[in-house]
Amino acid sequence: MLEASGLTTKYGAIAALRNASVHVGAGEVIGLIGPNGAGKTTLLNTIAGLLAPVSGSVLLDGADVTGHPPERLLRSGLALVPEHRRIFTDLTVEENLKIGGVTVSSTDRAVLLDEMKEQFPVLAEKWTTAAGYLSGGEAQQLAIARALMSKPRLLMMDEPSLGLAPVLVDVVFGLIESLREQGRTLLVVEQNAERMLAVADRAYVLRSGAVVAEGTGAELRVRDDLFDTFVGGDS
Amino acid sequence: MTELLQNLIDGLGRGSIYALLALGVAVVFGVMHLLNFAHGEMITVAGYVAFWTIGTNDWSWWLVVPLIVLSAIATSLVIERIAFSRVRGASDFTLLLTSFGVHFVVSAIFLLYVSASVKTFPRPTWVANTYSVRSLNIEVFDTVVIGVTLVTLIATTLLLQRTMFGLSLRAAAADFDTARLMGVKSDSVIRGAFALSGLLAGIAGVFWLMRAGSTTPTAGIDPMLKGVLAALIGGLGSLRGAVIGGFALGLAEVLLRSRLPDSVASLTEGVVFLLIALLFIFRPQGLITVAHAERV
Repeated sequence: MLEASGLTTKYGAIAALRNASVHVGAGEVIGLIGPNGAGKTTLLNTIAGLLAPVSGSVLLDGADVTGHPPERLLRSGLALVPEHRRIFTDLTVEENLKIGGVTVSSTDRAVLLDEMKEQFPVLAEKWTTAAGYLSGGEAQQLAIARALMSKPRLLMMDEPSLGLAPVLVDVVFGLIESLREQGRTLLVVEQNAERMLAVADRAYVLRSGAVVAEGTGAELRVRDDLFDTFVGGDS
Repeated sequence: MTELLQNLIDGLGRGSIYALLALGVAVVFGVMHLLNFAHGEMITVAGYVAFWTIGTNDWSWWLVVPLIVLSAIATSLVIERIAFSRVRGASDFTLLLTSFGVHFVVSAIFLLYVSASVKTFPRPTWVANTYSVRSLNIEVFDTVVIGVTLVTLIATTLLLQRTMFGLSLRAAAADFDTARLMGVKSDSVIRGAFALSGLLAGIAGVFWLMRAGSTTPTAGIDPMLKGVLAALIGGLGSLRGAVIGGFALGLAEVLLRSRLPDSVASLTEGVVFLLIALLFIFRPQGLITVAHAERV
């Protein structure tokens, strides 16, 4: 479904991403793991059109979407749950979800709103509450539900468990598991490598802006050279 | 008491026009972080539309009102296309300079290709009419302005609250990048904001010109100042604040003009500016605090 090849992205003169390639097949759950500053978010933002690569390409079902702006990529079926959730705090839960469905027809939007109410009961309870009053876990669920409103073919998440209490981390990974069971295609950046590998079909390990390993959880866990990835150390 | 009530009605009439202007300034600021010092140019252009139609060809005001509103919307969109679309994402200072530049260019065009002299056109006859309610002497004009403004504000609120365009505009004003991530089209929402801003300026412009009965190449400065000041008083970026700021500015002007001794009545505007300066010393964010004001 997604084929990102040889992506290099720079901040000024500094290359934050160097010749990175990832492949995501339909129905797969793929993790992007690695220490702080490894380039995971840069890779996700480059695929999502928030950053322009200096070289490389992004193909979505064979179509070249490299450098397309985010609103166009969303219409192609690629949605991102951004880091720190970035929900619209002044808008209600319902309004946040409606904005998530801005690209679909009003009929589809109404159906999707009902689906989200059913899938996320905690949001249904706070439907008309301003999103700024939600707890961290509720806000993360809203961010994921908002992205699902666009009926994405590929859902990307950036650090969905970041800053959450352990009990809420369980909720988030439970959600990823349930999305996986629904057959959705996911590409997830996650610091919590162990938890990610437990739910992912495969994962890519990034370090210093480059992909240094790829494989299943079982394959990656036995690699001594990736030890720091699993204990959260910096490279 | 009667005098105070009289002042309140006069102030609301004046404040209504300022509220419409300020709301237009706030809508554009919300999506672009642009304090638009060219906001009055919609009224400059509208003034010449009134002059060419009513002043030189004796058209009826009723025919010209929609033309004035349409010309303000068109001017706003053309300015966005020619000037502001090229500096999207630039620094606040660049945006500010661009808006000043647009103001000077529009003024210069009318100065060079029309005339520097004042161009007049007849005001509608009913503008000076009044009617009495008990001891109050109320201008028909003020009643119409307040009524139209209320309808416009209700319609704008419904547009912003009940439509996907309004929701997109509010989301973009809160966090433009995230709104784009959700699929909100940046071009559409910015042009929509400028069109709405032009519509509001056009409605305000109709009343401004009905009362003025004349225009010049720099006729937009005064309405621009009132709109920007009212938006600042209300809290830049807050739509509700802009409306409150507009009414507060109108009421302050009328009340001061009425209360100040005759010898210093001509200094009313100066006293208003002094009060605004004092407000910003104690409340620099304006009357309403805005949590988010992201820039395109």
